[in-house]
Formats: sequence, structure tokens, C-alpha cells
Amino acid sequence: MAIVKTERHPDLPPPASEAGVIGWLRNNLVSSPLNAILTVISIYVIWVALSNLLSYAFINANFAGDTRADCTDSGACWVFIKVRFGQIMYGFYPAEERWRVDIGYVLGAIGLFGILSDWVKNKKWPTIYMFAIYPVICYFLFSGGYFGLPTVETSEWGGLFLTLVLASVSIFVALPLGVVLALGRRSEMPVVRMLCVGFIELIRGVPLITVLFMASVMLPLFMPEGVNFDKLVRALVGMSLFSAAYMAEVVRGGLQAIPKGQMEASNSLGLGFWQAMRLIILPQALKISIPSIVNTFIGLFKDTTLVLIIGLLDLLSIVKAGTTDKEWLGMATEGYVFVAATFWVFCFGMSRYSIWLENKLHTGHKR
Amino acid sequence: MTTDVQGLGAGDSKLRDPRVRAIFYQILVIVLFVAFVAYVGSNTAENLEKRGIASGLGFLQQPSGFGIGIVLLMDYSSQTSTHFDVLLIGIINTLAVSISGIFLATLIGFVFGVLRLSKNWVVNRIAYVYIEVVRNIPLLVQLLFWYFAVLGVLPRVKESAQIGENFYVNNRGINFPSIIPSDGFWLIPVALLVAFVLSVFVSKWARKRQDLTGQPFPVFWASVGLIIILPVIATFIMGLPYTIDYPSFSRFGLRGGWVLEPEFLALLIGLSVYTGAFIAEIVRSGINSVSHGQSEAAHSLGIRPGLTTRLVVLPQALRVIVPPLTSQYLNLVKNSSLATAIGYADVTAIFAGTSLNQTGQAIEVIGITMLFYLSISLIISMFMNWYNKRIALVER
Repeated sequence: MAIVKTERHPDLPPPASEAGVIGWLRNNLVSSPLNAILTVISIYVIWVALSNLLSYAFINANFAGDTRADCTDSGACWVFIKVRFGQIMYGFYPAEERWRVDIGYVLGAIGLFGILSDWVKNKKWPTIYMFAIYPVICYFLFSGGYFGLPTVETSEWGGLFLTLVLASVSIFVALPLGVVLALGRRSEMPVVRMLCVGFIELIRGVPLITVLFMASVMLPLFMPEGVNFDKLVRALVGMSLFSAAYMAEVVRGGLQAIPKGQMEASNSLGLGFWQAMRLIILPQALKISIPSIVNTFIGLFKDTTLVLIIGLLDLLSIVKAGTTDKEWLGMATEGYVFVAATFWVFCFGMSRYSIWLENKLHTGHKR
Repeated sequence: MTTDVQGLGAGDSKLRDPRVRAIFYQILVIVLFVAFVAYVGSNTAENLEKRGIASGLGFLQQPSGFGIGIVLLMDYSSQTSTHFDVLLIGIINTLAVSISGIFLATLIGFVFGVLRLSKNWVVNRIAYVYIEVVRNIPLLVQLLFWYFAVLGVLPRVKESAQIGENFYVNNRGINFPSIIPSDGFWLIPVALLVAFVLSVFVSKWARKRQDLTGQPFPVFWASVGLIIILPVIATFIMGLPYTIDYPSFSRFGLRGGWVLEPEFLALLIGLSVYTGAFIAEIVRSGINSVSHGQSEAAHSLGIRPGLTTRLVVLPQALRVIVPPLTSQYLNLVKNSSLATAIGYADVTAIFAGTSLNQTGQAIEVIGITMLFYLSISLIISMFMNWYNKRIALVER
């Protein structure tokens, strides 16, 4: 007698046009005529770009051989990179001494792992190692002259090695200097504040090249008779001062995000200014500015290429010098594509890391 | 007990008073700073004397004695022109590439920023790949790539590729017809100016009318019409007051017309593509920052999608976009100094480079160059601050 259905009718599947692959395609690619046209054009653009790129870089590329004559196919001549690979990585660092650089890389990688990894809980020792011991080891290891290691002049340093040295030394100097400048900028003493603001704004208002020119041309003038820096040190001074100004702004951002109550609470507990800074304020401020510090480091890393203009042989300038070699004329594309790819891998990796870190640190301060 | 209180209160009070300490520290800082400056200054004076370099700005009046690749708006000859002329030419060239770069980068940035937000997955990914590739490669590498690997491998002048009738592309640049003004040409720029002024008035009038009556007026099309029609009328009144100079082949290569040098092109393309990627990210985050409810509310009021974007979303997004956009513009101007690496004659390349090497006046030259960039930074930030204030949210 019952004409009303008592049990629930099973749910109908969503219409095929709205769900699954077809639905996705409909909604994302052909939702309107204009969209459909855009999709077709875009796919064509991707096809042209990708097929050309693949055929240039891989399918028709030349990998075998060791002279220019071996490059017979139409694509890229990677032989150029292969032949000069040692130089591109280490510059004119003597071939039999390059193991020292490799050991430096390994020691650095261990320290970085200790600082960055989640598996190492106690960060005290990795930090001390990375900021106090490792730089000293590297100095003796790379330049030599002690412990029976032959001296390698800095003019022989080059390639990716020099790029990494420039970037890491600059960040190593810039970070503490930036913290000091940031504190100075927020100081209540007008003289200190004015000096810090003046320095930061002066450096941030001019291009890095002029700072490098200043370091390379004017630094020798500033020093007393007989004191002479080598070219690398001058570039390092310029780059460090430059990045310190930018670092100061990043740290200032972090300091501003810390509520005033933190300082007041520390004061009421009897902590002095420096104690409060060291134990309460800076740990929090630096923690929230880590992603921006990484971003600044990416910028610094890219900016190391500018030493080309003052004549240091970093990754870019050693490849550029290679492209003017008479034996290898016309290799500009291969050379610059290789340099671009190398930088891209480093910078993209770091930017992904910074995004990951930002999400991980997204606790407490933002609600 | 009492001794403790006394110790805290009376005995050390002067030393523990933060104000006294602050004054002491500041005096210390001033003394150290002055000592540092004096030390550096005396060293410098000694070194300069030893090298026989007279300080001062007198060198600006000396003849420069070197050639410059690209000279705009000025006459220059290596015999008679001075280092001051070199400075001026450098500044003009820097401004030329920076201003055109800012326009192009803004265009690229807004287009790709909007594409990055497209619901179309393929379009979205293309914009993403462009942004991530370009942002993570040093600008200098990109400049060298454009200059040596793209523009450098174009055909030689003799084998120039011809586009259309009068455009030639070769490894010395792009040649195209130029307009040479003759008598009566002055009316055309005047007409253009009048058109601009008129369109400002039209937009003011239209706004007032809309406030009073609610009737909208097509301001944009009216302005475009004015700006096109008035100069055209002026041209015909004066009877075509110009001649067109077409590039053509002579015994010495291409002659006539204008040419865009590869140095300028590489720098312009490199700067715009690089800065454009950063601007695209800024535009994307700016538009994302406008909450969805805003456009939904506009739709429910019956405002069409195009108008919603223009009247509701963009004005709010601009507030977020403008401050970081300013710093990108500043970066672009500062990055134009990379011209040195590809031989474009900007202020860093010819003044802080060649002039410095010729005269040895390191301090003066670097000082003037830095002062120039600082003033540019200041002017751009002042302008953008003014603009920012204009579009800022007016709160009660």
C-alpha cells in the first residue's frame, strides 16, 4: 500500500560534464569561447617552445668529442662546456689542489645539514661550527700556505667556487652587521640612528656597481701607505656592505613585528637591553625574518655576477671569457644557457626552501 | 639592607641613569666617527698627493677625448666635448633606457600578473613558468644572453633581414624610417598638448556631470579621439610639414632613418623582462588581496565584470601594488647601470668607467654618480608617495 519510498535513493553520480577529467577540462580550459581560443594558442606556444628547446638542448645536441669540429649536429654544442668544465667549476685553481675545494664543499654541506635539518634537534653546535669554526677551516684550506698545503693566490680562484665564496662570505659578514644596523636604526639615540639611517639609505639608493667601483677604486686610496688589499677582498668589502644595508631592513621588519610588551616584560624581569635583545627579542625577530633573509640571500647570490665588471673570474665571467676563445667562437648561447641553468637551480631551490620554511614557521605570530 | 638601597640609589645614580649613558654613548660614537673620517681623509689626501692627482671638480671642464657609441639630444665630439658633456650624455642615456624600461616592464608585469590569475590552467602555467624562470636567473646573465646570444647572431648589415617595406634587422640594430620635421611642424606637438589638456577637462566635466545627474560619459574614448584627431587635423592644416627618411643601402651599408642599437635593445629587453616578472608577482598578490566578497557584491549590484574589475577590484588592488611597485622601479633604474657590461653608454659606463679611468678622479666621479642615482631614487619615491597618497583609502 505504501507509495512513499522508505529507503533512501542512492546518490546520482555528478554529471559527466562537471566532474572528473572532462569536467576539469571543461571548467579550466574551454569554459568560454575566449578561453578556448587562449587554450589553443597557449598549447601551440608551449609546443613550439618545448620542441625547439628539446631539440636544441638534447635531441640534436652534441655531447661527444672534445673539439669544436666534433659539433656536427644542429643543436647545442655541450662539448664546449664539457671541455671547460673544470675551469667553470674551479677557475684557475691548480688541478691537483682542487680536492681542497671539494673538502670545503663537503664540510659546508655537513654544517648546513646540521643547521637546516629537522633531525638535528640541538642547533647550538652546528651554529657554532658554521659561524666560528668552518670559516677558519675554509680560509686555511682554500688559500693554503700552512700545514704543508701549497699557497693558492686568490687571483687563481674562479668559476662556481668563487661565486660561492663571494656569496657565503658576504652573507656571513652582512648578517651580524645588518642586525647591528637595524638595532641602530631603531635606537633612541639620535646620533646613532642618524648614522645608521644615513648608511642604509645611501647604500640602498645606489646601484651595486657603483659600490663595487667604490670598493675597487677608492678603498686603496682610503688605506695608509703600504696596505694593499687584493681584488677579491675589495669585492668582498663592497658586497658585504651592500648586502648589510639590505639585511638591516629585513631584520628591522622582523624587529617591528615583535610586540612592545616583549621588551617591557624583559625589562620588568630585570634584563638589561643587550640581555633582552639576545635572549628574548632577537631570537623571535630573526626567526620570523628567516624567509626574507633567504630571499635577500638569493638576491645577493644573483648579484655576485656583477664582479664580472671589476674583473673577477666568477662563474659568469669565466664562461664569458671562454666564449671569446678563438677556438670556440659562436658558443655564446651554450655558455649563457649553462650559466643561467646553474644559477636557476640554486636560486629556485632556495626560493622553494624559503616558501616551505615560511609555511613551517607560520605558527604563533600570524593568526 | 640600607647599604643595598643606597648602592642602587645614590652612589651609582649618575652612571646608571639611561639619559647620561645615552649622551655618553653618542659622544663616543661621534668621536669614533670623526676619528674614522679624519683617518680616511688624511690617508686619501696623502695618497692623492703621491699620485699627483689634484682633487676638485676642475676635471669636468677638460676635453674628454674619447668616442661614445650612443648620443641622444646632444652634440658630441671627442675633441671639443668635456667630461661634463660625458656626464650629461650618460644621464640622458640612463634616463632614456630607464623610462622606456619602466613602461615596458609595467606592461609585461600587468599582463603576466593577470594571466597568472587566469582560471585557464594552461595560460596560468605559462605565466608561472615565465615568472619562475626569469626571477631566478641573474639579470647580468640575461643581459649578456640577449646581447651576445640573441641580438649578436642576427645577420650582418649587408644581409639584413627585411621586414615589410622599410624595416631592416641586423646585428647592428633595427633600422626604421624616421620623420624629419620641416616648417610648421610645431603645430603637431602643440595640438597634442591641447588634446591632453582638453581630455583632462573632459574627464573633470564628466565626473561632475555624473555626480549631479548619474549620466556616465565615455571619457576614455572621447580622450582617445581627441588625442588622435587634433594632431591629424594639425598635420593637414600645415600641409604635411615633414619628410620621411627611409633607410636604404649605400656603399657603406645602411644609411638614413633611425636605428635602435643592439646595446639599447638588449638592455631594454633584459631590464623589462626581468623587472616584469617581479611586477607580475606584485600584481598577482595585489589582486589576490582584494577579498572575493568585493567582486561578488559588485556582481550582485548588477555591475558588469569589466566594470567590476575597473571600479571595484583594481582601485583596491592598487593600494597594495603601489609600494612594492615603487621599489621595483627603483631597482630598474639602479639595474640599468649593468649597461657597462654590454657597452651601452649610460652614466656608469662612460662617466664612472671611461672618464674615471682617464682622469683618475675616483672620489669626485664616484661621488657624482652616486649622487645622481640617489636623486633619481628620491624623485621616484616622492612621485610614487604622492600617487600612493592619492589612491590611499580615505578613512573617517
